[in-house]
Amino acid sequence: MSFILSCPNCGPRAVDEYAYGGEVTERATTSEDERALFHYLYFRTNTGGDQREWWFHSSGCREWFQAERNTTRNEVLQVARPGELTPSRGPAGG
Amino acid sequence: MAERRLAQRQGELIDRSQEVTFQWEGRPVTGYAGDTIASALFAAGTRVFSRSFKYHRPRGLMCCSGQCPNCLVEVDGQPTVRACMTPVEQGMDVKHLNAWPSLRRDFLHLVGRLTPSFGMQVGFYYKTFIHPRRAWPLYEKILRNAAGLGKLDPDHRRTERFDKVHRHVDVLVIGGGEAGLEAAAEAAEQGKHVALVEEGLALGGQLAWGGPRSNGRLTALVDRVNAAGVEILQPAYAGGVYEGLLVPVYQGRTMHRFRPAELVIATGSIEQPLVFGNNDLPGVMLASGARRLVNQFRLMPWEQAVVLTSSDEGLAAALDLADGGVNVLAVADSRRDADGSTIEDAGIEYLAGFQPWQARGSTAVTGVVVKRDGEHRTLACDLLVMSGGSVGQTALVSQGGGGIRYDRDQRRYVPDSLPEGMRVVGAAAGSAAAAGAVPAQAPKTGCKQIVCFCEDVTTKDIALSLDEGFSSLELSKRYTTVTMGPCQGRMCHRNSGLVIADQLGLDPDSQRVGVTTSRPPHNPTSFSLLAARGYEPVKRTSTHHWHAEHGGKMLWAGDWKRPYDYGDGDGEVDAVHESLGLIDVSTLGKLIVRGPEAAAFLERLYPNRFGDMKLARVRYGIVCGDDGSIIDDGTVARLSEQEYYVTTTSSGAGGMEQWFTWWNAVWKMDCEIVNVTSTIAAFNLAGPNARTALSTLTDFDLSNEAFPYLGAGHAQIAGVPCLVLRIGFVGELGYELHLPAAAGEHLWEKLMEAGEPYAVKPFGLEPQRVLRLEKMHIIVGQDTNAESNPLEAGMPWIVKLDKESDWIGRYAIEWYKRRGNRLTLVGWEAQNGGVPIEGTQVVGADGQPAGRITSSRFSRRLGKAIGIAWLPVEQSEEGTAINISDPKGSTIPATVTHKAFYDPDGERLRS
Repeated sequence: MSFILSCPNCGPRAVDEYAYGGEVTERATTSEDERALFHYLYFRTNTGGDQREWWFHSSGCREWFQAERNTTRNEVLQVARPGELTPSRGPAGG
Repeated sequence: MAERRLAQRQGELIDRSQEVTFQWEGRPVTGYAGDTIASALFAAGTRVFSRSFKYHRPRGLMCCSGQCPNCLVEVDGQPTVRACMTPVEQGMDVKHLNAWPSLRRDFLHLVGRLTPSFGMQVGFYYKTFIHPRRAWPLYEKILRNAAGLGKLDPDHRRTERFDKVHRHVDVLVIGGGEAGLEAAAEAAEQGKHVALVEEGLALGGQLAWGGPRSNGRLTALVDRVNAAGVEILQPAYAGGVYEGLLVPVYQGRTMHRFRPAELVIATGSIEQPLVFGNNDLPGVMLASGARRLVNQFRLMPWEQAVVLTSSDEGLAAALDLADGGVNVLAVADSRRDADGSTIEDAGIEYLAGFQPWQARGSTAVTGVVVKRDGEHRTLACDLLVMSGGSVGQTALVSQGGGGIRYDRDQRRYVPDSLPEGMRVVGAAAGSAAAAGAVPAQAPKTGCKQIVCFCEDVTTKDIALSLDEGFSSLELSKRYTTVTMGPCQGRMCHRNSGLVIADQLGLDPDSQRVGVTTSRPPHNPTSFSLLAARGYEPVKRTSTHHWHAEHGGKMLWAGDWKRPYDYGDGDGEVDAVHESLGLIDVSTLGKLIVRGPEAAAFLERLYPNRFGDMKLARVRYGIVCGDDGSIIDDGTVARLSEQEYYVTTTSSGAGGMEQWFTWWNAVWKMDCEIVNVTSTIAAFNLAGPNARTALSTLTDFDLSNEAFPYLGAGHAQIAGVPCLVLRIGFVGELGYELHLPAAAGEHLWEKLMEAGEPYAVKPFGLEPQRVLRLEKMHIIVGQDTNAESNPLEAGMPWIVKLDKESDWIGRYAIEWYKRRGNRLTLVGWEAQNGGVPIEGTQVVGADGQPAGRITSSRFSRRLGKAIGIAWLPVEQSEEGTAINISDPKGSTIPATVTHKAFYDPDGERLRS
C-alpha cells in the first residue's frame, strides 16, 4: 500500500503516516444475543470494494478520522471527522 | 594496458592521465579513471568473468550495460556486483563469485560435461535427489556448494550507514538517454522541479555509446539539461514502481522514495541475444556491448569479427564497429529480403538469409557456423557479434499499473494504457525503429543453446517443461525459472516466448504467448538499502546518562533504553526490602484526561469505577478490549473534579493513547486526552526508609496520617514541582514522583544524595521484576495474553458489572461470567531448588499439559522459586500440588497459592 490519504486536519499525506483502525462497525450493546455479540467482536466483512474505515494520523495531528475507500483500487472516495462521512459518495479529500 | 587501447577520441569515458590500481583474484590490475571494473579487466586481458549458475560454463562480457548476469563479481566482500556498471576505485578487492578452484579451471564445469545426454535438465534435482530420502542432507550440502551466486559472510558487520529520504518532485524521469534528457529539459524549462535517474556512468544512452557521430548532439542536450536545472541522480536506479507511482531510487547508500506528480519512463530498449548453439561462449557479444567497449573504453583486441543479426540494428552496428577499427569479416542476416547494400559498400561480405547455427570454441569463440537451407558456412572469428533486435524496456510501466500489448508492425510489446501521471517516451514507448524479423526457431544443433543466461535454461529445458505439461509461458517460467534470475528477463523474456511459440506451433506474432508478470525489484538491490534506518529514534529517559555512568546495563525495552540492573541485582532487591532503592520509571505511559466529562469518560472506558473517586487519591485499573481481554493496566489519580492523571504500561503508552482517543472519537465526550509520556519523568523511591529520606527534601507532610497509601498530591521536592503517588508495585513503602523531564537529572541526584545515609541503591528492571513477583503483581502481556479476561485473571473485584453506565468489555465479560471460569491465574512456589523456565507447561496427572507458567524467579528472601501460572479451575485450589515441566526432562513439584508471597496483607505497603 502506498497511496495518498488526506487527513481532514493536515491534508494529503503518504499512507505510511497513518495507522489503520479497521472497518467502521456497529457496536453490540447486549450480551443476550450471543451471535450478534460475537459477530461484532470477531467478524469483519473484508470488503473488496467501497469500505468505511478508521484511520489515525500517527505521524501528524494524532487524531482519528474516517475514510471511505475502494479497497481493490485504493481509491479514497471521501474522508471526514468521525461520524461525518456523507451517506453517498463524495469527492476524494472532501 | 596502454597498448591495448585505441587512439584517444571524443566520447571516450576514460581519463588516460590517471591510473587506478585494484586487485583481481589477488593480483593487481591497473586501469584508468573512468573505467568500469569490467573494461579495466578486459583491457588487462581477462576474458572469463564468471561461471554460469548451474553448468559452470565460462562466461565473458556480453552486454556491458548491466543487463546480463555475465560479469557479476564480488567487490570488497559484497557479492553480485555488476562489474560493467561499477567504476574502478583505487585499492578495491575484486573476486570471482562461483567457481572452484578458479575461474579458468572450474571443476564444477564437469557437471555439465559428464552427462551430455541427460544433462541437468529442468527438474533434474527434484527427480534425482529424492532417492534415497535420507541422503538429502548430503545432497543438499553438495548442491548448495555448487549452485548459487556468491557467498554471504554471516560474521560481516555493517560499518556503513544506509538512509531513506522522502522526495517530492513535479517530474521524475527514469532513464538518461536521448528521450529522457529531452523530456527532463522540456519540463524543467517550464519551471518544474525535475529529477532524472540514470543507471549508467554516462548520460545519453545510445548517443553516448553509438559512436562519434552523435557526440555533438549529446553535448548540446546535456548542456540544455544542466542549464534548465534538472537534478541528476547518477549512477542510480529505479528499483520498481509501486502503487500511487511511488518509486524507490537507489543511489549509493541512500534510498530515495520519490513520489512525483508526473513519472516519465524513458528506460529505452534492450538489445536481445540470438539463440544458437554455444551462444554463451566468451567472445559472443551483443552488438551494443561491443560498441560500448570500442567507443567508450577504446578497446579493440579482436583479430576478426562476424556479425549475426535479424534486424537493421545489426547492420548499423556492423558499420559502427568497422568504423571503430574492428575487422568485420561478414554479416549474416537471417532475413532473406533485407537491404544489405550499405554493408557491401563498406567492403564486408553480406550473407542474406543465413541463420546462426553454432559457435565454435571451448573457452573462447574461434568461429561460427551459419546455415541457409542446406548450405553451411563456417567463418573463423574471435568476436561474434549478435543482434537480435531490441525490445522496449516496459517492466516499470507494467509495475506501475500500465498495460502493454504486442504491436505486430513493430514486432515488440509497447505500452498500451497508462495510469494517471505516467508518461512513456523514447524507445520504451515503441517509437524507435522496428525490431525486424525474429528468428523463426532455435536450431537443433546438439549443443547447449542458452535462453536464460542467469539460470542456465536451454531450449531443451523449455521444450521439456512443455512436454511435462507446463503448457504456457507463466507455467514454464515457474518450472524452469526462465526470466527469474538477476536479469529479471531482460535477456530471455522475448526469446523464451519465441521458443514456446515454436514448440506449441503458435504464430510468434500472436498475443497468445503472452508476457510474464514484472515485479520489483527491477535490479539487484542490497538488503542494507531495504533495511535503511527508519524514523523511530531510540527513546532515552532524562537520567539515561546517569544510569550508563553508574554501571547500568542498558537494554532495549520497547522504544526505550532501560537499565537491566546496575551489576548487583540481588543487592538491589535487598536494598528495597531493607532500606531504600530508587528506580527510573519514566517509560510509563502518561495521559491527562481533562474536561467536564472526564469522569464519565473513564467510567465508560474502564471496568472499575472512577467517578466516585475522592480528590487526591490514586486507584489501580485495568483496561479491557470490547472482547473482555485485558489490554493494559496502570494507575489513575484524580487531581481535580475534572482532571485525571492516567499511567499505562511502558509498552502500552502509544497504544493506550490511540485507544483513549479512538473511543472519544466515537463518543465525542466533552474531555480532552493529552499524552505527556515524554515530557514527564517518573521515579519510584521505595523501601522502609523512603519517608524519612524524602522528608529531607520537602515540606510536604508525608506522614501516614496526612498522606496514606493510595494518596496523590502535589509537592515541591528539591525545588521541583512533583505529583507524588503513594503506590507500591514493588511491595514496600514507596513514593512515585512525576515531574517535568527537564528537571529529571537534578531531582534524581538530589534523591540519591538524600538516600545516602540509608545506603540507597538504584535498581533496574530485573530486580523490579523479582520484587513485583514476590507481591504477585501481574505484568500485562507477560502474565496475560489476548485471551485473558479479568474474571479468570483473579481480579473479579475490579469488574463492576453493576455500573449504571455502559463500558468497554462489559458484554463480553457478562458472557464470560455466565459461562463460568475455565482457567485461573494463580501463584505457585517450588521448594526443591528447581527454577522453572518461563513459558513452560504444567503437567497434569495424565502427563498432558494442564497449564502454563508465565512468570518464574528465585526469591533469595523467601528461599524458594516463586511464580505465576494459568491453571484449569479444578486444579487451582490453594495448596494443590502441581508438576512443572523442565526442559532437562524431569518435572519440578510445586504448590498452588493465591496470596502474595511477601507481605500478603500489605502491612509494609501501608506503614
